Amino acid sequence: MSNIPTELKYRKSHEWVRDEGDGTVTVGISDHAQQALGDLVFVEIPEVGRELSAGEACAVVESVKAASDVYSPVSGAVTAANDALAGSPEIVNQDPYGAGWIARIRLSDPAELDGLLAASQYEEVVKAAED
Amino acid sequence: MGSRTPLYATHLAAGAKMVDFGGWDMPVHYGSQIEEHHAVRRDAGMFDVSHMCVVDLGGERVREFLLALLANDVAKLRTRGKALYSCMLNETGGVIDDLIVYYLDEGLFRLVVNAGTRDKDIAWIRARAAAHAVTVEPRHDLAMIAVQGPEARQKAARAAGPEAGAALELTPFTGGQFGRCFIARTGYTGEDGWEIVTPASEVTDLWSALVDADVRPCGLGARDTLRLEAGMNLYGNDMDESVTPLESALGWTVAFVPEDRDFVGRAALEQQQRDGLTRKLVGLLLEDRGVLRSHQKVIVPGLGEGELTSGTFSPTLERSIGLARIPMAAGDRVEVEIRGKWLPARVVKPPFVRNGQACISL
Repeated sequence: MSNIPTELKYRKSHEWVRDEGDGTVTVGISDHAQQALGDLVFVEIPEVGRELSAGEACAVVESVKAASDVYSPVSGAVTAANDALAGSPEIVNQDPYGAGWIARIRLSDPAELDGLLAASQYEEVVKAAED
Repeated sequence: MGSRTPLYATHLAAGAKMVDFGGWDMPVHYGSQIEEHHAVRRDAGMFDVSHMCVVDLGGERVREFLLALLANDVAKLRTRGKALYSCMLNETGGVIDDLIVYYLDEGLFRLVVNAGTRDKDIAWIRARAAAHAVTVEPRHDLAMIAVQGPEARQKAARAAGPEAGAALELTPFTGGQFGRCFIARTGYTGEDGWEIVTPASEVTDLWSALVDADVRPCGLGARDTLRLEAGMNLYGNDMDESVTPLESALGWTVAFVPEDRDFVGRAALEQQQRDGLTRKLVGLLLEDRGVLRSHQKVIVPGLGEGELTSGTFSPTLERSIGLARIPMAAGDRVEVEIRGKWLPARVVKPPFVRNGQACISL
C-alpha cells in the first residue's frame, strides 16, 4: 500500500498539492503514481512564469516503459520548478512528497483548493486503481 | 486471463508486477526494472521464457526440410548441438518469425519460436512438413529459463544439477543435454549466459535453485532494455510480415549462397535487391534529453520520413536509444518528433552495448 500523507490534497490523476500558506502551492506526483510508473528516467518540468489552468498538462514523467502527463491541480503562474529532476529523475521515486516535488505555483484562484481530494478520498481512488 | 507459465505462482510470490505479453501473463519487473537490468550487465539475472515454444522436428529428411523453410542455411550446422539464428519467411519475403534452430541429431532438429507467433508458426511449419515426412512436435511439456550475465554460467552451473558443470565447456551458440536440462549458450541480452530448457514439472525447482545461487529474477521490462542495448530485433516491433529481413538489418542472416538453395521467400528478396532497397533499419541515439518510443516519427531532412520501431532509455548508457526504419539514403543525422518537438538524433550502428561495455561513442 502506498503512502498518502494526510496534510496534502490530491487530484484524482495522482498529483499532490501542499498549501504553503503564502498564496502558493507545491505540486508533485503521489507515491502510488511513482510506484505504478516504475523507475523514472526523464522528467520535463514546466517553465517558470508559465500560466497554468487547472487540469492542464504541465509536466511529463517518463519511466523506462512509458510517458505520463502530469496535470496541474490548480490555476496560476509557475514560480519555481525542480531543476534537480533533470539530472536525477529517480528522486521522484525515492522521495515523491519531498525532494521529488515538481513545481511551485502561485494560486490565481485559492478556492480551487477546496475542490481537491482529501487524503481519505484519494485513498479510495488508489484502492480502486489497485483492485 | 492470459496463458500462464508453470512459474506464474512463483512470480506472484516474488512480488512481480504482471502484464499481458502476447496473450501471456508475464512478469514485467519484480520491483525495479533498472536494477534488474544492471544485475544482468554486471552479475547474473534470469528470465522466465517458458512462453516461448520449443518445437522438435523429426525425420530422416528434416535437414532437407529446413533448407527450404528457413532463410539462413542449416548446412552451416555441422556439429551436434550447434545453433543458428534465422528468419522464417513467407513467399513475399515477409518475416513470419525469427527463431533459433538447434541441430541435435541428423533426424532431430529443435526450434525455439516466439510466444506471440507460436500458433501461426506451427501451422505454417506443419503445412509444409508432411511433404518431407517431417514430424512437428510442440514441446508443451518443457519450460525455459534464460540465465544471463557475466557470472550467469558459473552460478547456473551450481544450480542446474550435477551434470550441468560439464555445460561450462559449451562454446557460444551451442547446446546439449546435461542430465534433465537442455542447456545452450545463447541469449537475448548481449551478455554471456545460458538458456536452460527443462521439464515443466521441474522448472520451479530450478528457479528456486537459481535464486539460491544468487541469480536475480528479472522481468520482461529489463529483457526489453537489454535486448535493445544489444541491438537485437523484437518480433512484432522491429519486423513482421510486412517487411523483409533486408529492411530489418537482418541481411546477415539470409544465406543467398549456395545459389541453388530454394528457400521460401528467396525470389521475393532477390527481386527486392534488383529493385533496390528503399528503407533500412538503423540504431538511433537521441542527442537531447527525452525518451525515444516506438511509433515516433523520424524526419530525414531532404529524404522523407521514417518511424521508430523500438525505443527506450538505456540504463547502461543513461541515454535514450532506439531502432528506426528510415529511408535507405539517410546519413547520420535525423530528427525525431517527441510530443510536438523535433529533437536531433544520431544514426548509429548497433549494438549499443555488448558484454557490459558501450559500443558507440556518446
